[in-house]
Amino acid sequence: MWVFLITEVMFFGGMFLAYIVYRAAYPDIFALASSSLNVYIGAANTAVLLCSSFTMVLGVRAAQLGRQKALAINIVLTLLLGFVFLGVKAFEWREKFIEHHVPGPSFHFAGVAMQGPAQLFFSLYFAMTGLHALHMVVGAGIMTWLLINSIRGKYTAEYMTPVDIGGLYWHFVDIIWIFLFPLFYLIDRHLK
Amino acid sequence: MTTAVAKEQENYLNNSYGLKSWLLTRDHKRIALLYMATITLFFFIGGAFATLIRVELLTPQGDLVSSDIYNRLFTMHGIMMIFFFLIPSIPATLGNFLIPMMIGARDLAFPRINLLSWYLLVVGGLFALFAMLAGGVDTGWTFYTPYSTTYSNSWVIATALGIFVAGFSSILTGLNFIVTIHRMRAPGMTWFRMPLFVWAHYATSVIQVLGTPVIAVTIILVFCERVFHIGIFDPALGGDPVLFQHLFWFYSHPAVYIMILPAMGVISELISTFSRKAIFGYHFVAGSSMAIAVFGFLVWGHHLFVSTQSVYAGLVFSFLSYAVAIPSAIKVFNWTATLYKGSVSFETPMLYAFGFIGLFTIGGLTGLFVASLGIDVHVTDTYFVVAHFHYIMVGGAIMAFLGGLHFWWPKITGRMYPEQWARLSAVIIFVGFNFTFFPQFILGYLGMPRRYHVYPPEFQVLHVMSTLGASVLAVGYLLPMVYLAWSWKYGPLAGPNPYRATGLEWKTASPPPLHNFDRLPVVTREAYDYSTVPEEVTSVG
Amino acid sequence: MTQHIDSVKTYAVIWITLLALTAVTTLVAFVDLGPFSVVVALSIAVVKMMLVALFFMHLRHSGKLTQLAMAGTVLWLGIMVAFTFADVATRGWMGVPGR
Repeated sequence: MWVFLITEVMFFGGMFLAYIVYRAAYPDIFALASSSLNVYIGAANTAVLLCSSFTMVLGVRAAQLGRQKALAINIVLTLLLGFVFLGVKAFEWREKFIEHHVPGPSFHFAGVAMQGPAQLFFSLYFAMTGLHALHMVVGAGIMTWLLINSIRGKYTAEYMTPVDIGGLYWHFVDIIWIFLFPLFYLIDRHLK
Repeated sequence: MTTAVAKEQENYLNNSYGLKSWLLTRDHKRIALLYMATITLFFFIGGAFATLIRVELLTPQGDLVSSDIYNRLFTMHGIMMIFFFLIPSIPATLGNFLIPMMIGARDLAFPRINLLSWYLLVVGGLFALFAMLAGGVDTGWTFYTPYSTTYSNSWVIATALGIFVAGFSSILTGLNFIVTIHRMRAPGMTWFRMPLFVWAHYATSVIQVLGTPVIAVTIILVFCERVFHIGIFDPALGGDPVLFQHLFWFYSHPAVYIMILPAMGVISELISTFSRKAIFGYHFVAGSSMAIAVFGFLVWGHHLFVSTQSVYAGLVFSFLSYAVAIPSAIKVFNWTATLYKGSVSFETPMLYAFGFIGLFTIGGLTGLFVASLGIDVHVTDTYFVVAHFHYIMVGGAIMAFLGGLHFWWPKITGRMYPEQWARLSAVIIFVGFNFTFFPQFILGYLGMPRRYHVYPPEFQVLHVMSTLGASVLAVGYLLPMVYLAWSWKYGPLAGPNPYRATGLEWKTASPPPLHNFDRLPVVTREAYDYSTVPEEVTSVG
Repeated sequence: MTQHIDSVKTYAVIWITLLALTAVTTLVAFVDLGPFSVVVALSIAVVKMMLVALFFMHLRHSGKLTQLAMAGTVLWLGIMVAFTFADVATRGWMGVPGR
């Protein structure tokens, strides 16, 4: 799984590179676009994901100790928190759609002369949070599979490797969001 | 040891029959053969495009095909050859087959992921083939923006999806090899006792894991741009087309090392076996493989010298590109030193190895020409560059692949190929290759641009020479298809070690049993220790 | 391989720290730090990443190879960004005749 995570770092990394290049090119427009995102919802969602990481690692710990029930409970909590995150994300995206901030023919961002760079910000926003959300969905699938197996009593203190690996994946997706949050939501907030 | 009428021993080929036993196999050896069939098919498709290209270039006018069709021809030639033939070739066939045996393991770390890798290549290939049959892509295999994202009306997305899927095949193979080499070496098989073939594949796998995801995400961005017009590479919307080139070449330059490092691994084995001598400077050769993997990631900007990339960045990349030549040179020196005072024999695999060293050296030295920023301004996008990379990819990688295929053929099939036909083919390939591509250096230097099918009449002589060479080369490639297939059924039986080579794979039967070894070996000697091999080939039934 | 099983308390401390850092980074964004805003935000993000990686992903108990591989990966990302930036940032520096 660690080797796979190396590939994931480089995968997201390409998009981070695009973000860095364009933010350096259009700092003011990016700041303006960033301020149209709801920072409180973003921060709250970040907290939700951090909590899910906490429950995840507690789940791994339960598996290490052979505690089946605690493991299952923690996986359920992790899964629920994951769904909360995705739900909030869906809500945020819908807001963006209503405000015409979704890139495409109906894109319009008020307050800037050149629409292009603003559209770039939102393209990167949707692409990166979208890719992240896709990974969350896969993570939810992994959690569900782990849950089913843990209820069946498949994991013991001697054999809990899938839980371990699932945990690594979940934490990684959390780390990606740890970077996405400040990069998209916190650009020059003091200006507003 | 009794021979005479030997009952056919149970091996990986005859232990189960039927289509399902092949399509659902987890045996790394069978998967290697599945790959072999697949990439051979892709090779000949790419070769068909090459044939059309060379026929068109016989005349200065664009008379065989229109410019639009010509664009599609060279694009699809490049895509097929690079993504669907060269990148999988040696790792997925010879690597898959040999690495577990070379380190004394029964299979790779993740056999089912290995099978999945093959299916991914097939699916990706089907996407690309569909795109080709539906009309093809005309952007060049490099599909630069904004042409590929905004203006091209060809099947960019389908082709890009095919490459995307094939990329995951590559990533998973790399992942599998890394874990296998770290975790599954037999007792006593320390890192520095491994054959250099394994070192080469380890370095290749590191590149695959670090680099391929970047082109995957680049393809996603191209897809988004093409479908949603998000402007990420479109200057009219504030985007930067050169950013695409950075992202693309960040993978595609290391990709060429994915294509050549395994070939170098093969050559180390061939040179050692056919001079009956340990490779000179084993540690340096192993280290240079890793160095190439690392340095290969630092030089991608040399593809952007004339792209409006800043001159300062160009200077840095030019300097680093010279540095990356050093580990390759170390290998060539060490191979040559191995030959010195060795007991050299000229079986077919060795002929290919000699061909490799000569042609790779020429290709590599011309790489220095193009690495120099000043010279590159003159020769970039000309046939000089085309000749440079074909010397390495075809004169280097494909010759090594064929050499390795012949060398390990008895191990894979249990049969020997007809030596005289094989030697003849090797010579035909060498001659045909040089007649095809050497004129292209001259063409390029004189100014013939690449990707053009209409050219000034004064270039025709060289183009005709090149096409004639290509027809000879084609014969050279077709011959092995025939005699290798023939030998599988009618060739003489080979014993476990017909070349008296070192290496654990030669200590088991030919073809190997399903689980590679009857008993897992314990390694007590260094690699390439020729004191352990018998003086004469003993034939075993 | 021996497993180091951390205590719930350890995990809880890390968790609270992560939440606190999130609050800090959000609030600090509203303060005008000029060019240092980015530095601070990214530094906090890096710290959070290290906490998750070392404690939640048990990287601090993992072998040297894994730790080296992860450090190397981050380095590789850095190379990709730095070298591309070397181009993007220096494009206007030298006047090239004819352009």
